[in-house]
Amino acid sequence: MLGYAARRIAGIVPVLLILITVSFFVVRLAPGGPFDQARPLPPRTRAELEQLYGLNRPLIVQYWHYLQGLAHGDLGPSFKMHDDTVAGLIAQGLPVSLTLGSSALALALLIGVPLGLWAALGRGGALDHAVCAFAAVSLALPSFVTGPFLALAFGLWLHWLPVAGWQAGEPRYLILPAVTLALPVCASVARLMRGGMLDVIEASFVRSARARGLGRWRVLRHHALRPALVPVVSYLGPAVASLVTGSLVVETVFELPGTGRYLVQGALNRDYTLVMGMVLLYGTLTLLCNLAADLIHAWLDPRVRGEHA
Amino acid sequence: MRGSTLAYAVSMRSRRPGRRAALFAAALIVLLTLWAIVGPAASPYSPNGLDWHHLSAAPSLTDGHWLGTDPLGRDLYVRTLYGLRLSLLIGVLATGVSVLIGLAWGMVAGFAGGRVEAWMMRVVDILYSLPYLFIVLILATLFGRDSITLLLVAIAAVGWLTLARVVRAKTLSLKRREFVEAARAAGLTPAGIMMRHILPNLAGTVAVYATLMVPQMITSESFLSFLGLGVQEPRASLGSLVSEGAHEMLAAPWMLLVPASVLVALLLSFNLLGDALRDVLDPAAR
Repeated sequence: MLGYAARRIAGIVPVLLILITVSFFVVRLAPGGPFDQARPLPPRTRAELEQLYGLNRPLIVQYWHYLQGLAHGDLGPSFKMHDDTVAGLIAQGLPVSLTLGSSALALALLIGVPLGLWAALGRGGALDHAVCAFAAVSLALPSFVTGPFLALAFGLWLHWLPVAGWQAGEPRYLILPAVTLALPVCASVARLMRGGMLDVIEASFVRSARARGLGRWRVLRHHALRPALVPVVSYLGPAVASLVTGSLVVETVFELPGTGRYLVQGALNRDYTLVMGMVLLYGTLTLLCNLAADLIHAWLDPRVRGEHA
Repeated sequence: MRGSTLAYAVSMRSRRPGRRAALFAAALIVLLTLWAIVGPAASPYSPNGLDWHHLSAAPSLTDGHWLGTDPLGRDLYVRTLYGLRLSLLIGVLATGVSVLIGLAWGMVAGFAGGRVEAWMMRVVDILYSLPYLFIVLILATLFGRDSITLLLVAIAAVGWLTLARVVRAKTLSLKRREFVEAARAAGLTPAGIMMRHILPNLAGTVAVYATLMVPQMITSESFLSFLGLGVQEPRASLGSLVSEGAHEMLAAPWMLLVPASVLVALLLSFNLLGDALRDVLDPAAR
């Protein structure tokens, strides 16, 4: 198990390096630069700025310097927001984004798993159909539609919850964004849990456990649940990717001060270091979650470990 | 191909009672498409014409603004239909491009085997593990803010991954079949075998995934337009209309509700149809 984990962690490094390299060059080869404005800067100021940030040097040298900075944990200064470093900006927004993302993930799992189990156990019944219909609809609805709908219904019409905004430590502001973000993930989890359980219920080891006279719930808890969770667990990686993407929209809709807006702003402003910082942050996050999902998978299913040993 | 697939799905209806919904979805798609094409002609207003006497007017039958207007006095009925046109167009074209890439990539990988296959699928895995819309977003912002073509390329560039995986798996099983062996024995080149024997057998699967891809592409486009990075004013897509509506929802909720309902109807229909086609043509994929 440890060896498997070590190999998988080592596998992340080259992927990250490729990600950094590709995005570094793509961002810089795109037309326009950080100091292009409607009113052009005086040539001397511009030259000094470029000198300051090292933008007048050959690309490959800039790349090397960026990597050196990274090795020291330095993400560089933001080209547009002159008073801030990229790391500083991320430190400001990350707590909000992480709170949002983790509560959405928790919500999706806490609701999706029981819902899927319930649907599988009552297969073909009214509840099963209801869960499947809910999943199909939630998966088809993009969060930029559900978000404004929820804000309109619960914020503007019913006045139950704030329409938008954020106050640290006030969970009322978190509810609508977290629900919006969790909805499609919850639907996928419910679907996968249902499918996983249906596969397992018919497996021979579950039938023989029942035949040995074990009670329905005992079989469920000790025999069926673990293998049935496998599809849900392997979905956790893509789930995080979908949460990351969704959070861009949700943070815009509900005007949350998270990190999502930096990516859009940074790309629009050609703020190279900011875009790179965000790519690195979200890329690492996604890769780590994929890894975590694979490790849990290996723990649940010994065959996975065996294959790689 | 599309036509005969649909006919097959229709013929299966009697055996699967739940498939009536899919037929309904297909009808709705056709209806929405036709409406997007001919619907604007029914209204006296143009998509970008300003009506100073009716700013943010509520839906009404008397003044000709059936679905209301926005704060600039532009008619929402016509704008929504123009948005639908653009969203459908981008969705279908981007799907076409994605299908071409995914099909070629998956087929070559599956057929070549060995190290080529391992590398090609490794590329897919890496791209797969990154947030998909996130890459689209970067591509679109950096290269395509004013051009629909570039927007299309950015959306299509990352949409082909699932199809590539599916096509590869199918190709792997197809290439072991007797008719492929017979073709090889008859001296056909690998390219010839792929074109004449593998490709036709992939058609059903590809049709299913193409149908499921259209709503994804429409969502991607709307997502970018919602963030202000896709279709730019004065042009409208469903995404940019939803975005405008979200800003005006206190004063003019119809600006949100009208384009959002059309978008939801469209996405749900495509998903329903795709799921039903998958049940019929590719039961193992469920």
